[in-house]
Amino acid sequence: MIGAFAASPLFGFLITEPVSVAHYLVVGAIMFTAGVACMATKRNALGVLMGIELVLNGANVNFVAFASPYLAGDGARSLGLDGQAIAVFVIVLAAAEAAVALAITLNFYNNHATVDVDRADDLKG
Amino acid sequence: MDLAAQLPLLLGLAWLTPLVSFVLILFFGPRMGPHGRNAAWVATAAIVTSLVLSLTAFVVWIGAHPGTASHHGGHGEHALWETEHGPAAGSAYAAESPGKPAAADAGHARPADGSHGGDHDDHGDAHGPIAYAGDWYTLYEGGRLKLSIGWYIDALTILMFVVVTFIATCIHIYASGYMHDELHDVTDHEVTLADGHHLHRPGRFPRFFQALSLFCFSMLGIVIAGNLAMVFVFWELVGICSWFLIGFYYERKSASTAANKAFIVNRVGDFGMLIGLMALWGALGTLHFADSKTAGPDGAVVESPGLFSLVRPAETDHQLQVPDGMVTAAAAAEVATIAADHAGAPADGASEIAARVPGWRDAGYGRWLLFIAGVGIFCGCVGKSAQFPLSVWLPDAMEGPTPVSALVHSATMVAAGVYLTGRFYPVLSPDVLLVIAYVGAITLFIAATIALVANDIKRVLAYSTVSQLGYMMLALGVGGWAAGLFHLVTHAFFKSLLFLCSGSVIHACHTNDMRKMGGLLKVMPWTGYTMLVGCLAIIGAGIPFVIGLSGYYSKDAILAQALSFAQANPSHWILFYAVAGGAALTAFYMFRLWFMTFMGEPRDHHIAEHAHESPNVMVAPLAVLAVLAVVAGWTLPGGFGLANLLEQARPAGTAEGMTGGFVFGQSLTFPAEYKSHEGAIHVTATMTAFATALGGVLLAAAMYLWKVISPAAVATALRPIYTFLSNRWYFDELYDALFVKPALGIAGLASGVDRGLIDTLIDGVAWAARQLAGIDAWIDRTLVDGLVNATAEATWNTGLKLRGLQTGRLRQYVMFIVVGTVALFVFASLAFRATVSG
Repeated sequence: MIGAFAASPLFGFLITEPVSVAHYLVVGAIMFTAGVACMATKRNALGVLMGIELVLNGANVNFVAFASPYLAGDGARSLGLDGQAIAVFVIVLAAAEAAVALAITLNFYNNHATVDVDRADDLKG
Repeated sequence: MDLAAQLPLLLGLAWLTPLVSFVLILFFGPRMGPHGRNAAWVATAAIVTSLVLSLTAFVVWIGAHPGTASHHGGHGEHALWETEHGPAAGSAYAAESPGKPAAADAGHARPADGSHGGDHDDHGDAHGPIAYAGDWYTLYEGGRLKLSIGWYIDALTILMFVVVTFIATCIHIYASGYMHDELHDVTDHEVTLADGHHLHRPGRFPRFFQALSLFCFSMLGIVIAGNLAMVFVFWELVGICSWFLIGFYYERKSASTAANKAFIVNRVGDFGMLIGLMALWGALGTLHFADSKTAGPDGAVVESPGLFSLVRPAETDHQLQVPDGMVTAAAAAEVATIAADHAGAPADGASEIAARVPGWRDAGYGRWLLFIAGVGIFCGCVGKSAQFPLSVWLPDAMEGPTPVSALVHSATMVAAGVYLTGRFYPVLSPDVLLVIAYVGAITLFIAATIALVANDIKRVLAYSTVSQLGYMMLALGVGGWAAGLFHLVTHAFFKSLLFLCSGSVIHACHTNDMRKMGGLLKVMPWTGYTMLVGCLAIIGAGIPFVIGLSGYYSKDAILAQALSFAQANPSHWILFYAVAGGAALTAFYMFRLWFMTFMGEPRDHHIAEHAHESPNVMVAPLAVLAVLAVVAGWTLPGGFGLANLLEQARPAGTAEGMTGGFVFGQSLTFPAEYKSHEGAIHVTATMTAFATALGGVLLAAAMYLWKVISPAAVATALRPIYTFLSNRWYFDELYDALFVKPALGIAGLASGVDRGLIDTLIDGVAWAARQLAGIDAWIDRTLVDGLVNATAEATWNTGLKLRGLQTGRLRQYVMFIVVGTVALFVFASLAFRATVSG
C-alpha cells in the first residue's frame, strides 16, 4: 500500500523525499479541504464555524510554508517573515470573525430556538 | 442766509410737504383713526405748512424787493436779471459766485457785467425780471440732454405758491366737512347693480385726501420747475391726479367716463407739447428757463444760456430774435454744404456758419421752428386750461366731488396752462401770441354762451371757468402779460369761492339743478352773501375809477390791453368785441345763477324745507375767500399790490411791447402794457366793462328777479339758438362723430381683422401643431416607450429567474463557492496551458 503510494507519480515524493515545503502545502490543502467539506456538510452553525477555522488555518499553514527561506532565493529583500506576519493577521481576523459569528449564532438561536443553518433562510430570494 | 439760498429752501420745502402727506396717507391712511378720519388732519397740516412756508417766502421776498414801483413795470425800476445757484443741498454746481447774492440783496443794483448797462433809461424794456434759478439734483446728463430738478423763482412763482397753497388750504378744510359721508360705508344711489340694488361700498375718506395732497404737490412742482422737462413731468402728474379725483366715484359710469375724457383730451394737448419740447431741445439743446452754470470738465464754471436768454439775448436788448440754434437747424442743407466744403478744417466751417447765421436769420430761417415750438407748448396749455378746441373735458370734470372741482377750476390744473403760457411768454413769437389771443377769444365766447342756458349750477360755473381762462389766454395773447396772470390770481380766489358756495348749496339741496332751487338766501345767508361777493367779483363790479372788487382790476386790465391791441392792429378789433361781449355774458349768467338759486320763491318746497346752512367748517373757508375775492386786486397806499408785484417778474424785454410776425401775412404790434393804463384807453375800457357788466346784470334781473321778461318766452322765440347752446354747440357730438366714432370704427375693423384673420391663422397653426404633436406622441408611446419597456421587462424577468438561486441555504452557498473556485482554477489552468502550449 505504501509502496504503491510511493510509486504514484503525483504524490509519491511525499514519502520518498525528505520533508520539504511541499509537505506543508499538502497538509494545508488537506486542512483547507476538510474545512470546506465541514462548512458544506454541517447543519450546525457551530460546526460551520469550526470548518471556517479549519479553512483559515489551512491557509495559514500555506502562508508559513511559502515563507520558507528555501523558496526566497537570493533576491529576497525582506526579513523573510512575510508569511508569518500575515498568518498572525489571519489569526487575529479569525478571532474577531469568531466573536461576531458566535454573536450572530447566539442571536439566531434566541430568535429561532435552533442553530440549524438550513433554517436560516430568511434572506432567500 | 441770503435770498438766493433762502427762497429755494423755503419753497422747496413747501413743495415737498404735500408729498410727505401723500406718502403717509398712502401707507398708513386706513390706520389713521376710525375710518381714516385723521388723514384729513395729516393732509391739512401738510398744506398749512406749505402755506406758512410760502407766506414766509413771500414776506422774505417783499422785504428784499418791495415791489412798490409804478405800474409801468420795469420802466422806472432798476430790476435785474439774475440767476443764482444757491448752496442748497444737492446742488450740482461746483462753483457759485458769492458776490451776486449781495447784489440781489442790495435792492436794485445793476449787475456789473455791463452788457446792458448805460443806456437803460432809454430802453426800459431791457430790464429783466428778478429771478433766481438753479438745480437741486441732476437726474441725467448725457450729450446735450440734461434733465434736472431745479427751481426758477421770481415774483410770479412766489405769488402762485401763495395762491395755490392758500386755496388748497381752504379746500382741504372745506373738504374735511364735505367728504364726511365717506367716513362710513356709502350707499351710492347713482349706481344700480345688476341685482337691482344700489352699490354699497366702504368709505374712501383717506384716499380722497391722499389724491388731494399729490395734486397739490404736482401743481407746486409745475410752479417751481426750473426747466421744461420738469414742468412736463409734473404736468403729467397733475393729469393723473385729476384722473384720480374726477373719477373718485369711479363706480359711476359718468364719473369714470369723465375722468377718462379729461385724461385723454389732455393727452391730445400734451402731444403738441411734446412736439414743442422736441423743437426746443433739438434746436437749442436746453430746456432750462434761465442761464445755468455748470462745472466744466476742467473744473471751470461754464455758463450755458437758458431758453429765455437764447430767444431774447442781452445783445438785442432782450428783444425777441430767432436763436442761432433754430436758424442753423432750419438751414441744415446750407450748413451741411459749408461743413462739406471745409471738411479739412472744421473750425473754419464753424466760423463761417457762425458768420452767416445773421444773414440766414434775416432771410427768415428758423422762424417757423420758433413758431412751432411756441404753438406746441401752447397746445399743452390748451389741453390743461381747457381752451378751444380741447375745452370739452372741463364741464364733465364736475363729476368729481365739489372740493375737487373747486381745486381743479381755480388754483390747480387749469391754472397750470395759463401759468405755463405766462412763464414761457418770452419765447412766444408774435404769431404764436396771435394764435393764443384768438384761441382765448373763441373759448371765452363759446363757453360764455353755453353758460347762458345751463341749468346745472356746477356746469354754469364750469363754463364760466372755461370762459375766464379764455380771458386770461386772450390777455396773454394781446401782450397783456401782467393782466392775464393778474386775472389768474384773482380768478383763483373768486372761482374757488363760487365753487365752494355751489358745493354748499348742493350739500343742502342734494341736487345740482337750479330749476329746483330758489329762495335759499333766507335759509343759507352765509352761503348766499359770500356767493354774491363771488359773482360781483367775477363780473368785475366796482365804482369806475374809484374802487372795486378784485375782478374789477384784473378784468379792466384785460379789456384795456385788448382795446390797446385792437387800436394798434385795426384788423383785430374782433378780439376787443369778444372781450366786451364776454363781459356782458358773464354778468348775465352769473346773476342768472345767483337769482335762480337764492332769490324769488322756492320752486321745490320739499328741497327748500330741508335746506340748511352748512357746518362752520364749510362756511369759514367761504368767508375767508370772500374777503380775498374783494381785496385781492387792491393796490395799497405806497404801491404795494399784486399787479406791481407781478411786474417784478415781467419777462425781460416785454415791457415796451413788440412788433413782428410773418405767418399771418402782416406785421403785428403788441403795445406796451403800461400804455393801456393811461388816458383814453383806460377810460374807454373801464366804461365798457362797467356798461357791459351792468347791462348783463340788469338783463338777468329783468328775467329772473323782476320777471318782466319771461325766460321761457325768450327760449321759445330763439328756439334754434337755445337748442344749439343747450347742446353745448354740439361739441361732444362733433367730436363723437369726428374722432370717437371713427376710432371705434377702426377699432372694430381691427378687432374684426384680429378675430377673423389673425385668429384663424393662429388657430390653423395651432391645429397643425396639434396634429404634429399627435404623431409625435404616437412615436413616443409605441417606439420609444416600447423599447424602454422591453428593456425593463427583460431585466425584470432575468431578475425573477435569478432570484431562485438565492435559496438562503448556507451549505449550498459554500458548495457554489467551492464549485466556482474549482471551476475558476480549471478554467485558468486550461487557459494557461493553452497559452503556454499555443
